[in-house]
Amino acid sequence: MGLCERCKKAKATFHLTNIERSGDKAERHLCDKCAAEEGLLQAPKASVDLSELLENFIAGAKSGAADLSGLVCEHCGLSYVEFRNQGLLGCAHDYERFKDQINRLLERTHDGSSHHVGKAPRSLGLKPKPQLDIRRLRRQLEEAVAGEDYERAADLRDRIQELEKS
Amino acid sequence: MSGPLDEVARRAGEWLRGVGPMHEIVISSRIRLARNVRGYHFLSKADTAMRAELAEALANAMRRATLLKDMLHVDVEHLDELDRQFLVERHLISRQLAEGTGARRVAFDVSEAASIMINEEDHLRIQVMRSGLQISAAWEQINAIDDALEEHLDYEFHPQYGYLTACPTNVGTGIRVSVMLHLPALRLTNELEKVGQAARDMKLAVRGLHGEGTEALGDFFQISNQITLGRGEAEIIDDLGTAVIPKIVEYELAAREALLKGRLQALDDKVWRAMGMLKAARLISSSEAMQYLSHVRMGLHIGRLSTIDLQTLNELFLQIQPAHLQKLHGERLSGEQRSIERAAVIRARLNAN
Repeated sequence: MGLCERCKKAKATFHLTNIERSGDKAERHLCDKCAAEEGLLQAPKASVDLSELLENFIAGAKSGAADLSGLVCEHCGLSYVEFRNQGLLGCAHDYERFKDQINRLLERTHDGSSHHVGKAPRSLGLKPKPQLDIRRLRRQLEEAVAGEDYERAADLRDRIQELEKS
Repeated sequence: MSGPLDEVARRAGEWLRGVGPMHEIVISSRIRLARNVRGYHFLSKADTAMRAELAEALANAMRRATLLKDMLHVDVEHLDELDRQFLVERHLISRQLAEGTGARRVAFDVSEAASIMINEEDHLRIQVMRSGLQISAAWEQINAIDDALEEHLDYEFHPQYGYLTACPTNVGTGIRVSVMLHLPALRLTNELEKVGQAARDMKLAVRGLHGEGTEALGDFFQISNQITLGRGEAEIIDDLGTAVIPKIVEYELAAREALLKGRLQALDDKVWRAMGMLKAARLISSSEAMQYLSHVRMGLHIGRLSTIDLQTLNELFLQIQPAHLQKLHGERLSGEQRSIERAAVIRARLNAN
């Protein structure tokens, strides 16, 4: 941190940037004492009026919401904001359209899960995962960890991962 | 008022027979599956024409499935309010379907064990109900119905998310397993909250008699899974059927045992006072009647009372509800008239016993 440009002794704690009419920037770095002597320590009188500030604030809030309301499903016309208000999706495509938001929501409501386990339509020809085997192994894994039998735990973990992939 | 539903009103569904494992405490086991079909929006974005088209297509698929060909189809949209309420009381349709708008239907089998709602929150809501703790049997039946429907329909299924549902809280398996429990002793001993807390810790929901947003009438509670993604059907069923529910049943039995041992007079007073009220009342609301019937039901199971059989009791639970009373009476009744009629129906059944 530099020294005060006026007295060149104390630490500069007062920084002012003036923008000239020409657009050039004039910077000033002063210590508290010199700034006070130059009459700069008093807060500059509010040159923007309150209504202008409020208008800016509202416009800002609106543009923030626009980011989300721009998120609309082209198939059913549902907007993300609408979904958030009513809790219901409008069509199957919404799951892809709002994927990021929905993934977060699903992990919150389904105990951290975001992937289906279980039945699938037979027409898809998917082999169902052996759920109860995985479950039994998970229990054994918990026991192994609790009993600090890490070699067995690692082995069980591998077998669970193998089953989950199949 | 006449039609196929009047016939239905005179009997009690299979699930109310009062049989099945742990039936003294477990009233019923219910599974529902949420399914949507390809080529249509979900219902919140389906206009009138699309809803009507869906209803027609789905009902036709059901008629083509051999397994479902004997089901009774009911056009809920054109049913009067009393009949819709009647179907809710029998757990054949949800309140949401009863109170909804536009094309919507239900089909159910004669035993009322299986029902399929069309255009509820999802295109299809399949439900199977069994008496007592029979979750696995219910799963076998509903799985077969689901397979049969799938042969005639193209379900929305996503490689990552599984069966897609209108509400992301149901996505994945689309399964909700609910068990209805009768827990009068746990309530009397003020231990219900412990059970409720334990259930919530396991991410299970505890609700009243008619599911979502209803209060627990007459010591009846529904416990159901909430997580549908990342856990398979078998795991969810196994969790409830072999771990959670038997444990709660054990607690209720222990509470009954403790009351029998330590507070026999107080227990007998509850049971016999309830019986006295039911036999004497001239005006009775359904919640008051439910509470007394609940105590009588417990008295019957712990051997403090034997002047009534379970079948009669189970039928009364159903028939004292507002729409049933009116259907059986044959005309619409005001609130006070219902209370008079309810008291009369109960007295007639109990004094004939």
